[in-house]
Amino acid sequence: MTIAVTKSRVEDKLYQNRYLVDPGRPHIKVRPHERPSANLLALTHVCPAKCYELNDKGQVEITPDGCMECGTCRILCETSGEIAWDYPRGGFGVLFKFG
Amino acid sequence: MIEEKFDAIVIGAGMSGNAAAYTMASHGLKVLQLERGEYPGSKNVQGAIMYANMLEKIIPDFRDDAPLERHLIEQRLWVMDDTSHTGIHYRSDDFNEAKPNRYTIIRAQFDKWFSRKVREAGATVLCETTVTELVRDAKGKVVGVRTDRAGGAIFADVVVLAEGVSGLLGTRAGLRKMLKPEAVALAVKEMHFLPEEVVEQRFGLKGDEGCVIEAVGTTSRGMAGLGFLYTNKESISLGIGCLVSDFAAVMESPYVLLDALKNHPSIRPLIAGSEVKEYAAHLIPEGGYKAIPQLFGDGWVVVGDAAQLNNAVHREGSNLAMTSGRIAAEAIVKVKSRNGPMTKRNLALYKAMLDKSFVVKDLRKYKDMPALLHTNSCNFFTTYPRLMSQAAQNFMRVDGTPKIEKEKATTAAFIKARSRWGLVSDAVRLAFAWR
Repeated sequence: MTIAVTKSRVEDKLYQNRYLVDPGRPHIKVRPHERPSANLLALTHVCPAKCYELNDKGQVEITPDGCMECGTCRILCETSGEIAWDYPRGGFGVLFKFG
Repeated sequence: MIEEKFDAIVIGAGMSGNAAAYTMASHGLKVLQLERGEYPGSKNVQGAIMYANMLEKIIPDFRDDAPLERHLIEQRLWVMDDTSHTGIHYRSDDFNEAKPNRYTIIRAQFDKWFSRKVREAGATVLCETTVTELVRDAKGKVVGVRTDRAGGAIFADVVVLAEGVSGLLGTRAGLRKMLKPEAVALAVKEMHFLPEEVVEQRFGLKGDEGCVIEAVGTTSRGMAGLGFLYTNKESISLGIGCLVSDFAAVMESPYVLLDALKNHPSIRPLIAGSEVKEYAAHLIPEGGYKAIPQLFGDGWVVVGDAAQLNNAVHREGSNLAMTSGRIAAEAIVKVKSRNGPMTKRNLALYKAMLDKSFVVKDLRKYKDMPALLHTNSCNFFTTYPRLMSQAAQNFMRVDGTPKIEKEKATTAAFIKARSRWGLVSDAVRLAFAWR
């Protein structure tokens, strides 16, 4: 017997959270690339807010609106220069009600 | 713009930052604390269990008004496979004491309370302010910070980096290296709300009693990881964390693991009917003793998660954070009281004091554990949990098979899975890492 597999929709989870988005100032940027490295590609699965997605050219893009600022992508991809990570401006970003 | 100069600037209003700011302010130092969140706690995530002893050393009468959820009377340590759990439970009425030892807390609420104490002690707390860089003088000594607010630098004799696990400022300033993916775990968590009496009935609790479950097993899908369930007053914190390096290697999604944990037959009835009100993610330092970076320098100290002070084996983080924050503050107060400059040489007192505390002693005890679990995660988190479950079921199930044959089958299953040498070697390495 195996565990009942339910499709995980992270969008439904993020919907519960409070954010103050800083329009036009994304705090994470992906450097333009031809092909993503293994770590950058892994982010399309590993990012807990599913901010990273593959476009139809096979490149990784980011939409950081649902970002919980955990820093996982920074650990995996900042050293290689594939992403640039800054804290959002003061007051912006995720606002945990419980934490 | 802030023209005045401070004795100390504390970056971050989490456990370690609040402990440091409170301790310095209550000793009369002029303290500025900077927090990037809208309110203290808005960026902070923890399970969360809070250990009374370490907070008592900072605020002895915290029980009078701190927002505490439940005091823990029961701990369940589970080993899970896909359909079962086995393990050790410890529950004792001795934990129903006048001054209980451990509490569950909700960080956003707790941190607001702690921050109020910091302000009452006399510190200036500025929220919605992200520190963008450390300011150094010509000799390289840290003399202040720049923020994203209008105006120039803010100056202080010493800067306490309590910026949390990511530690952007410290790594950018070259004070310490970037965290390695195998030295940090990513944990995700949901807050499941249920009526207070339902929480009490499901776990056999009364009043403010609480129960926690921590579980290893196939729920982490071969990765080094841990699931947890903590009872709050009218909610349950449920989450799971695994090493970032493992997540990246197997390209697994943390929310998929979390949903599988929620649907596990041992967990599902405990959270049935709950309303989920928040989903959070956070990193946890797992590198242990060998990952502790340089803790002090000219004009700066680093405390808490930013200093990787986390005991992964005992799942203790916030108490190490509070204690390191307090000790750093006490060291700074001592240096200040003899009119010493905040040089690297003088601030070495912080490390000397921390080395004598449980913080470093505990981390040193388990210094080989992170490497062991990292290199053998599949055995410790999948193979053994499956074997233990099979052994337990074999023992419990009565089906006419003679007991001697059942025992032989269990022994054979262990040897087949890990070989005789593998079993001995795993046991020896675990024992050495534990001692």
